[in-house]
Amino acid sequence: MRIFVLYFLCIIATAANAQIDTNLLRREPKDTTGMKLNMDAVYNRPFLTVGKLPVALGGYLEANWQHLGTDGVTEGHQFQMKRMTLFVASGIGHRLKFLSEIEFEDGTKEINIEFAALDMEITPLLNFRGGIIMNPIGAFNQNHDGPKWEFIDRPTSAVQLLPATYSNVGFGVYGKKYQKDWVVAYEAYLTNGFDDKIIDNNTGRTSLPATKLNRDRFEESFNGMPLATAKAAVKHRKIAEVGVSYMSGVYNKFEDDGMTLDRKRKVEVIAVDANSTLPGINTFITAEWAWISVDVPGTYSQQYGRRQQGGFADIVQPVYSKPLFGFEQSEVNIACRLEYVDWNVGTFDQTGDKISDHFMSVVPAISWRPGPQTVIRLNYRYNLQTDLLGNPASKTAGFQAGFSSYF
Amino acid sequence: MKRVVIIFLVFISAVLSVISCKKLEPAAPADDSILDGPVEGLTTAQKAMFLRGDVAFNDEVFTAETGLGPLFVATSCASCHAGDGKGHPFTTLTRFGQSDSTGNHFMAMGAPQLQNRALPGHEPEKIPAGARSAKFTPPANTGMGFIEAVSDADLLAIADPNDADGDGISGVVNWINIKSYITLQPGYATENGKCIGRFGKKSGAHNLLQQTAGAYNQDMGITSLYEPYDTYTGLETDPEVSTQTLQDVVFYLQTLKAPIQRNKTNPDVMKGKELFLQADCGKCHKPELRTGYSPIAPLANQTFYPYTDLLLHDMGPGLDDGYTEGNATSAEWRTPALWGLGLSKNAQGGSYFLLHDGRATSIEQAILLHGGEATVSREKYSAMPETDKKKLRTFLESL
Repeated sequence: MRIFVLYFLCIIATAANAQIDTNLLRREPKDTTGMKLNMDAVYNRPFLTVGKLPVALGGYLEANWQHLGTDGVTEGHQFQMKRMTLFVASGIGHRLKFLSEIEFEDGTKEINIEFAALDMEITPLLNFRGGIIMNPIGAFNQNHDGPKWEFIDRPTSAVQLLPATYSNVGFGVYGKKYQKDWVVAYEAYLTNGFDDKIIDNNTGRTSLPATKLNRDRFEESFNGMPLATAKAAVKHRKIAEVGVSYMSGVYNKFEDDGMTLDRKRKVEVIAVDANSTLPGINTFITAEWAWISVDVPGTYSQQYGRRQQGGFADIVQPVYSKPLFGFEQSEVNIACRLEYVDWNVGTFDQTGDKISDHFMSVVPAISWRPGPQTVIRLNYRYNLQTDLLGNPASKTAGFQAGFSSYF
Repeated sequence: MKRVVIIFLVFISAVLSVISCKKLEPAAPADDSILDGPVEGLTTAQKAMFLRGDVAFNDEVFTAETGLGPLFVATSCASCHAGDGKGHPFTTLTRFGQSDSTGNHFMAMGAPQLQNRALPGHEPEKIPAGARSAKFTPPANTGMGFIEAVSDADLLAIADPNDADGDGISGVVNWINIKSYITLQPGYATENGKCIGRFGKKSGAHNLLQQTAGAYNQDMGITSLYEPYDTYTGLETDPEVSTQTLQDVVFYLQTLKAPIQRNKTNPDVMKGKELFLQADCGKCHKPELRTGYSPIAPLANQTFYPYTDLLLHDMGPGLDDGYTEGNATSAEWRTPALWGLGLSKNAQGGSYFLLHDGRATSIEQAILLHGGEATVSREKYSAMPETDKKKLRTFLESL
């Protein structure tokens, strides 16, 4: 499978003709070309420059209130500072640029360098990137800034199935080619990867996000095997963007100090993502679906899934695009997110019955964007979650309200 | 002016949504539809202890780092007791040893419990040649504090080891060796230095502390102050669960409420209970017991309705797995409490897995698999017209 994907990417690479956005480090208006891809999200942000300093700054923050209840039990009113993120970008030379993203989650409970990479353009179709990069699996991992979304919570499939936001140290290449209304792009990276926490964690299930607990991954690889991540995307300006991504690596420590401990056990992820704005009514639709396969030892508990899948779909409909309360570029949207995650695809050896451990939710929302960089949103969340055995689902529901804004 | 009105309306809407938000959240399930929840009358400090135990029991998942295994059956308590209910074939335990009461000769080979799962790099246990084994479906946890508080004297009074009343039913207690860490309650009974076991399929555990410390050790490979020996190496290790946490879990199990019967006044349920008693099912599945002394006030001197006599009964060759514990013979099983039976499906993934190993997938099948001392009752059930059988089953499902 990996050979197929790499071959596919090579074909695209030969046809690609990418270029680095040279306007990056200037205060620029919102991109209106419609040719930006999810992979551009890291640079497609509002930056501020100071005088003639070759450094641009930016960031965003998210805060919210929520009142959720699960089967009659609520934790009451909760006020949360979900995250504050700082960007620093620098133009080092004509074809060299640097960007970093540092995120503070839940106050200062988690502080992460999510992205800190140097980009070097060799030719437009061949750019090198090295440092802490965001593995391009699916779309959300790279395009996760709060102000871009109408929903307070990140998609469950992105953060509890896939490990968004997932960054690693590594190197890779990317490139793009524009042809009239079309843009084709690719990315491929080798980085440090997963570790055995994905099947030995306190969530009681196979969990790729559990690997984020391994802080050492920025310093050393758990098993010396690189994690390969590759993505290809194609977009027609008036139709849609579609991406296919693939990630593959070994998660276990198969040898130590020269001794063989186990065979190499693989984790593989395939994700597809798509987004489109329907002409005429401007309905924006974005969706992502991922399939995960983990080589869990046969002697381990079936509680830890060998296969997982899940995704989300957001539908956003602008309903009011006129000045409101003195905000000239106001836009009011109604939106809905549908989510599904199955953490354990398969059947019990003992009974042949389907293993459950799945989650679904629907999140209707209304948002007001007083300007393009700020969103104020009200969500109603309704979740159903079943345990491994498929017992009656626990229900969680309630309101969330908050804002997210670039600054 | 119009703008002010809009702002005011938005503000009022926001306030109203906050006020009404609880109404748009899922309601709590009815008390009689779930097994979880504490007994009434706990003090504030006891409620805090119950909650700590609840978290440790239902939320704590062990990993290699926190002591799991390396051989194990499950990674958490809740894996085997979803919603505090009965287990599923996925979490059914296998215990091995021999068929006589000379003591388990396979202890050095990992007995009595088979750890059939292992951390990567380890091989799970296999049943040694010559050993006999039986599968045990994890039981529901509810109401166990009441069962623990029944006095030994009451159990001995119910027992009829020589079938003195000639009804063909001869319930016996299992006399077991007592672990050194167990503090015996006032008025405990003893015979040849052994005490009464009342927990486990064959009454192999004296109280909930022994049952819990044993489960941490045998099910998850977690050592404690009480069970300090690692099941894999056989060596004594530092405790992997704190004594406080273990005691919190024991308290949680002691104070989980007794299941509440549903549709008690339904005519079919009432008639079903009558038929249940007429078929002499209640001779072993004793409807009513009474607690004696308990240091937990809400459990002391209470009448409760577990539908068990807590005694061992010979269930016949069909249920004889050839494996035993303590004085229990291989065909003897402790009468399981029937309370909560109707809610079992909600913990077993929507199906019934009944009897000691989950082999019965319906209440009727469970009844028909009864033998030995229950043969007469089974035959009485079999002879009932279908409508009566249904009423009896409806009664059992109401428990």
